[in-house]
Amino acid sequence: MSLLIKNGRVVDPANKIDEVRDVLVEGSKISKVAAGIKVKADTTLDAAGKIVMPGLVDMHVHLREPGREDKETIASGTLAALKGGVTSVLAMPNTNPSMDSVDRVAFLQGIIEKNARGNVFICGAITQGRLGKALTDISALKKQGVVAVSDDGASVDSEQVMLEALKNARSNNVLVVCHCEDKSQSAGGVVNLGSISTRLGLRGISRESEYTRIERDIRLAEQAAAAVHIAHVSCKESVEIIARAKKRGIRVTAETAPHYFSLSEEALLGYDTNLKMNPPLRTREDVAAIKKGLKDRTIDAIASDHAPHTEHEKAIEFDRAEFGVIGLETELAVSITELVVPGIISWDTLAAALSLNPARILGINKGTLSSGSDADIIVVSPDQKWSVQKENIASQSKNSAFLGKSLLGIVAYTICNGQLAYQSSG
Amino acid sequence: MFWTRKDLLGLDDLSREEIELILSTADSFKEVSSREIKKVPALRGKTVVNLFYEPSTRTRVSFEVAAKRLSADVINIETETSSVKKGETLIDTGTNIQALNADIIVIRHNYSGAAMMLAKHLNISVVNAGDGWHEHPTQALLDMFTLKEKLGCIQGLKVSIVGDIAHSRVARSNIWGLIKLGAEVTVCAPEILIPPAIEEMGVKVSHDIDEALHNADAVNVLRMQFERDAENAFPKQVEYFKNFGITKERLQKAKKNIIVMHPGPLNRGIEISSEVADGANSVILEQVTNGIAVRMAVLFLVAQGRDEKK
Repeated sequence: MSLLIKNGRVVDPANKIDEVRDVLVEGSKISKVAAGIKVKADTTLDAAGKIVMPGLVDMHVHLREPGREDKETIASGTLAALKGGVTSVLAMPNTNPSMDSVDRVAFLQGIIEKNARGNVFICGAITQGRLGKALTDISALKKQGVVAVSDDGASVDSEQVMLEALKNARSNNVLVVCHCEDKSQSAGGVVNLGSISTRLGLRGISRESEYTRIERDIRLAEQAAAAVHIAHVSCKESVEIIARAKKRGIRVTAETAPHYFSLSEEALLGYDTNLKMNPPLRTREDVAAIKKGLKDRTIDAIASDHAPHTEHEKAIEFDRAEFGVIGLETELAVSITELVVPGIISWDTLAAALSLNPARILGINKGTLSSGSDADIIVVSPDQKWSVQKENIASQSKNSAFLGKSLLGIVAYTICNGQLAYQSSG
Repeated sequence: MFWTRKDLLGLDDLSREEIELILSTADSFKEVSSREIKKVPALRGKTVVNLFYEPSTRTRVSFEVAAKRLSADVINIETETSSVKKGETLIDTGTNIQALNADIIVIRHNYSGAAMMLAKHLNISVVNAGDGWHEHPTQALLDMFTLKEKLGCIQGLKVSIVGDIAHSRVARSNIWGLIKLGAEVTVCAPEILIPPAIEEMGVKVSHDIDEALHNADAVNVLRMQFERDAENAFPKQVEYFKNFGITKERLQKAKKNIIVMHPGPLNRGIEISSEVADGANSVILEQVTNGIAVRMAVLFLVAQGRDEKK
């Protein structure tokens, strides 16, 4: 099987390419990227006027299986991913049961083997049951194939437990992904603490509850000489703290989610539960700081924090509604619309943030179009406008923060492991 | 000026003209309650459902009296006696009430935003009778109605709101309404009871009760809800009364004709002394009377607003 993508603008930050090239795929690997490849391939795709880039690597995805298959499954989540141009996801461990043992990871790997339509990497739990108390066996989890550990959804409150986790992770060469939230400061909160929480009469989640925990986790990572990755950065101070730590040479990386650079807390004035997530939407100033952080590469990656919830878990009082929004199908378009079109970042930086950097952070062989690498490629129509409509969402859950919004950029083709796995109808 | 909304959810989203329309409509309804036969046929054949998720006697009764004086049929639903206990969602409860061909739901709910959520999902009118810490628009409207009755107009008045501003829907609705009508508003409380960035709503903040009373034309005294924190309640009550309680001594330093308001129920000796609550400056019972006229106006207008949409 061979596949030739002709005349597209190839954006491949790993090889510092941003020009019109052809891409030849043979089997499951990329065989050649060059101008004017003259080969009779089994399939030829015309990519003139389109962007050709490595498939997206989304390092923060909740696939809900096992336990909440009514929200999402490996099958439905990876289908949504392919539609959004995401060929690899990191599945977060807050399933039911959580991914805190080898057996459970093996069980999930069985489901992935059978049902996944794209690449699924597994993030194990830091502590058993994600309760922040007893550590999991990181060495065994690593041997079983997890590429990172996290208690995402919760932060490990105990400094001692966190420090030990970081030390274990370092000696096993596993990345620790931190959900940074000091619950003693944020408990009960549902929106950003400030003028909007005051106006809506809702409990606030302070920015301090996020950035003081980021400070702590960076300090512990330094102490353990471990690599640490900060999940879903949402506010200005967090960006500044990460920038300073990077300058000091600490092994810290960070991600943000599209809603943090496209929406601010004012959007919540109608109590829309599809805008309820944790961390919450912050101020306009924070949105600007996140954009700047992406531009200057303080923030390495964009990840969706795809968090599916059923309609009945969202169509209730704001305080009671679940936290989280889906994002696999919109992350690329929101990033193009909010970052590339206004000229804040280049296509190269975009491809780095959505693909190369997360692959490098996770230490997986993805995110590049180098010859010999896995043929995960997307072809994007960058100027095509579309509107986010419930009926067109592939994910089993419809809780998008962008419903009704008009976005630029459609995935025309998604090639995953050499196969044409998705093709847009439009 | 015509009323075009099917709902009344808060004063945050109303214009000055809309607020004035409610107040002038209330003015014309006030007289009904002093008639021998206290009834007009304005809402005859309409059904008003009071849907209360929080215990409330005064607001519920006030809405019930208001609806009945407009000749509406009134049904009261309280959570203890409804299928809410069986886990029904608010939207399902609302659509079921709508399916009964009711015309107006008056909702009191412990969560902020509940009234707005209901209004978005229903075609019938929704009147917010208090949602969480968010808004209690009819209370603020009756406070403003009373002020207007006593002092002629709201424009230029200095009004201080004293008490737990952070957790008060009465405070928020009063702030929106008073600011829109041109009053100068000061909120006064211990620092921990002032929510962040409240200044952005257009108010001044004070932590000194004498300063807040100085030169004020009116003071609205909020109910302190220490029952939420029973263990530490008593020392806090004593301390609060000492530092923020409205007493005769404090009033003597204020304007002679300062108006003293309170949304009730009173905590005598906690936020207000009995002498002040029952004294010459107090308009607390007039507020209760005016509440009927204001709620009659609101029910009448939202019914009209919905008819226009049909």
